[in-house]
Amino acid sequence: MLGQDLSVIAPELVLALYAMGALMWGAYAGRDASRMILWVSTGVLVAVGLWVGVHAGGTQTAFDGSFVSDGYARFAKVMVLFGAAATLALSADFLSRNELMKFEYPVLIVLATVGMLIMVSAADLIVLYLGLELQSLALYVVAAFRRDSLRSTEAGLKYFVLGALSSGLLLYGASLTYGFSGTTMFAGIAMVAGGGEPMSVGLVFGLVFLIAGMAFKISAVPFHMWTPDVYEGSPTPVTAFFSTAPKVAAAAMLARVLFDAFGNAVADWQQVLALLSLFSMFLGSFAAIGQTNIKRLMAYSSIGHMGYALLGLAAGTQEGAQSLLIYLAIYVTMNVGVFAFILNMRRDGQQVTDIASLGLYSRVDPARAAALAVLMFSLAGIPPLVGFFGKFYVLKAAVDAGLVWLAVAGVVASVIGAYYYLRIVYLMYFGQEVEPLDGRMPSIHWGLLGASALAMVLGIINLFGVESLAASAAATLVQ
Amino acid sequence: MIGLSHYLAVAAILFVTGIFGIFVNRKNVIIILMSIELMLLAVNINMVAFSAYLGDLVGQVFTLFILTVAAAEAAIGLAILVCFFRNRGTIAVEDINMMKG
Repeated sequence: MLGQDLSVIAPELVLALYAMGALMWGAYAGRDASRMILWVSTGVLVAVGLWVGVHAGGTQTAFDGSFVSDGYARFAKVMVLFGAAATLALSADFLSRNELMKFEYPVLIVLATVGMLIMVSAADLIVLYLGLELQSLALYVVAAFRRDSLRSTEAGLKYFVLGALSSGLLLYGASLTYGFSGTTMFAGIAMVAGGGEPMSVGLVFGLVFLIAGMAFKISAVPFHMWTPDVYEGSPTPVTAFFSTAPKVAAAAMLARVLFDAFGNAVADWQQVLALLSLFSMFLGSFAAIGQTNIKRLMAYSSIGHMGYALLGLAAGTQEGAQSLLIYLAIYVTMNVGVFAFILNMRRDGQQVTDIASLGLYSRVDPARAAALAVLMFSLAGIPPLVGFFGKFYVLKAAVDAGLVWLAVAGVVASVIGAYYYLRIVYLMYFGQEVEPLDGRMPSIHWGLLGASALAMVLGIINLFGVESLAASAAATLVQ
Repeated sequence: MIGLSHYLAVAAILFVTGIFGIFVNRKNVIIILMSIELMLLAVNINMVAFSAYLGDLVGQVFTLFILTVAAAEAAIGLAILVCFFRNRGTIAVEDINMMKG
């Protein structure tokens, strides 16, 4: 019995054991081994990602059904693992340049990734909470990783306070859900919640608090206030990490809770999610317009993108879950590329984050400017790039579920949001000439930036088969 | 006779006190850490009360996990606070203002 359970959680187990081993390795080998540990960690994340990805088999549960490994969880895990590996590989250059190359960094990233894997596989509120905290505690530390920088420690402090507040909200919701349904298992909650008679008031409160707690983690409006500051203050590779893997994991976890535990009460959470999505889309579009710092701009961009992801989830259908997964996959790919570019915005070796420094960048490095332009068009959702298809699927799911007003609002927000993405393209090609940025770029950054931009162009043929994979993943979530 | 609803009322009051402690307090970050702790302990009262009411041990197991994680959380929060203090020289809430958001 135990052997069977352990085989289900094998990917998490391997990663957790690796993290502990790496900690020992770093402690004994000292600072010199840091670079090595970083690359080995990247390799381990990729290897586990491939392992989870090719691992067939249906739905397996472990530990009396409190942990589930199904097609949905595996799809989300592959996104999380590859996103984490890509951002870890991107961070090496920045860390050694700024004397931040310490072995704790890759270890913390791996531990956060273990937490994310547990989050998307949780089928019990206790497991969900522990996974979420493992992720959050590691993220608080990496946000403040630049200990001698006021901005970085302030970002860590703000993230910690608001993250702890959101954990508190989530736990209060969990306690009410437990009290009024009598169990912490999602399957048990689903039997009490909905299914004919309306939910008890206590359970509705529990649901709302749970959603509020998780909305903090995916930075949906009105729970977004930490995002711009944390994105701006954290070291840039950490920002890159924040905007990829944790977002995917939190959104996947939210979908898991809503469909597995409250799948019979769609009407009770659909309105809440529709409002979160509406506010996020519009705030993401409007607030980004005035930004001059590209990291802050990407923060508002991620708020807006999470609004679109929630739009798919608000549909409350299998098609909606599928569109959510497609959207997240495309979003992660685009963000890896954009941050590969941002990490190389340097002048005289110093990182610059001012958008104006991109003036006439196309003359400095035409290829890099073209790659970023493709990514910006894709982020804005302009056809025929892949970013458009992400938006298309969520809008279609919303329309099919009868949320036409929300879909229309989504299109309007997307048009407004296009302004600030296109402004960057405008600056690069027609802007004011400024003192040029440094030219050199590590090959791994070039590879990821190029691959990401190329994927946005070539993906229009068949989205690399993500559509059908997401469909079968969503089918295991929504029965 | 003290029933379930009394416990829930106490927990709700403590929880709201904790939330207000975070948002209304303008003085000191340590008070924010205490408020966070208060919120988590309010949840624990809820959990134990429900556990006793339902005759189900899962709630108390959950409580033990929450206590453990809360300890780790406080340790990390204080560590970040110490780093912040070294850079800024103060931990007044109104001085956490390098970035406006």
